Amino acid sequence: MEENLYMENILDHYKHPHNAGRLEDASLRARELNPSCGDVIELFLSLDACDRVRDVKFDGKGCAVSQASVSMLTDRIKGRPLAEVLALSERDILEMLGIDVGPMRMKCAMLSLRTLKSALNEKH
Amino acid sequence: MKLPHDIQKDFPSLHAMGMRAYLDSAASSLTPVSVLEAMNDYYQNFRSNVHRGMYKTAGEATERYEAVRGIVAKFLNASAPEEIVFTKGTTEALNLLATSLGRTFGPGDEVVLTEMEHHANLVPWQEAAKRHGFVLKYIPITKAYRLDMDAARALITPKTKAVSIAHASNALGTVNPAKELAALAHAIGALFILDAAQSVPHMKVDVRDLDCDFLAFSGHKTYGPTGVGVLYGKKALLEKMEPAQYGGDMIREVKYEASTWNDAPMKFEAGTPNIAGVIGLGAAISYLETIGMDAVEAHDRDLTAYALEKLPAVPGVKIIGPEAGERIGAISFEVAGAHPHDLATIFDREGVAVRGGHHCAMPLMGKLGVTGTCRASFGIYNGKEDVDALVEAIQAARATLKL
Repeated sequence: MEENLYMENILDHYKHPHNAGRLEDASLRARELNPSCGDVIELFLSLDACDRVRDVKFDGKGCAVSQASVSMLTDRIKGRPLAEVLALSERDILEMLGIDVGPMRMKCAMLSLRTLKSALNEKH
Repeated sequence: MKLPHDIQKDFPSLHAMGMRAYLDSAASSLTPVSVLEAMNDYYQNFRSNVHRGMYKTAGEATERYEAVRGIVAKFLNASAPEEIVFTKGTTEALNLLATSLGRTFGPGDEVVLTEMEHHANLVPWQEAAKRHGFVLKYIPITKAYRLDMDAARALITPKTKAVSIAHASNALGTVNPAKELAALAHAIGALFILDAAQSVPHMKVDVRDLDCDFLAFSGHKTYGPTGVGVLYGKKALLEKMEPAQYGGDMIREVKYEASTWNDAPMKFEAGTPNIAGVIGLGAAISYLETIGMDAVEAHDRDLTAYALEKLPAVPGVKIIGPEAGERIGAISFEVAGAHPHDLATIFDREGVAVRGGHHCAMPLMGKLGVTGTCRASFGIYNGKEDVDALVEAIQAARATLKL
């Protein structure tokens, strides 16, 4: 794991987030925030007939870690089967980020996953 | 008056924590050795409960605990020790007021707060308002991060039962015109309550001069231990008020059918109190009185002026708070393009501890249009070199974040 929280790719995702925006016809959506810091993510997903993620977008405000994490996560799940998305764990998020998040910033890193799980809960 | 030049030696944790600059005293101040010794003395030499045992150490514990009421009363210039209620902190003191006073308010009544309140002086009132049907009004802030006093005059009306405000804002550093607001409240017969968690550590606070009916502050922001705080209340008001918590020590007589209450302040202190904490708080206040609150205030003002000159000179830095003058050394700022948590994390690597976030003032952050700010706040052990360290840390963060 990289020790520098603010590696090039984290800053890239933070400054130029992927899949930013809203999906008005989303079949699944959720909004979660971190009460300790006020970071917020709203996630929109639409599924196709075979239960794959057809499209995903997010609207968020927060630190580099939380926003890079959700930007990467949307890339990760786009086009993937729902079963695979449902199986994502904290470990997957840490591997995806590739940085040593540390205990103080874990909540920032995991806000994306928490929002995703909350959106999926609507269906399951 | 000046603070002793070697004041840092009284604070061993300054070095033990291994930081270059501790700039988070508004969250919690560090503790001088004399406070640790006073608490240790209790645990090692007269570790007993208060107000009950007939043996010698129980007497000593009670005496030492009760003596702190006198120390706090003198510190705040209260009229009598009976005006001092020990709580676990400002939050509990304000909850006590909202619970107990809230029961006497109802539909048609209003309680006036400000837009810059800490959640501790907002959520308890919100809950009480929901339960008893009264309404909350908020005095707005101006673009200069001060209270809009014209709006205050319009908001405080005969419907107002209480005006409860932060003496100094933890998020902005603003010191509010307490005397003027007290006069407005009293003119229409409303109670005036001060959340003094951020003012008491920085300046001389005189409850009779301010003419506040109630005032709350915390031990752990006043160089004392965590888990202890103070509610000051005018004697006649405390006597009339109903308790908010029930149990041992707060009663006069208990029967299976009904009970009666002890006198104030005892009726507000149900259960075994934080004895070591209260004794530690007494030592902290004695420490402050030895170095002198005038010197504490002058030091805070000097450091604040220095920071308000140095920080805005760094590219991208914007101060979120008023100019020098009626303000304390709790300085909120943003760095363009950087989130406060990212800044706080990078500062930490540079050995600089600040708070990044919403400072328990989420409505205020919403009003200001920010998710949060970074806040550097000063204690008596800080010096200009700590501000310089912060400036360097901001420059390091800008480099790391490629701003």
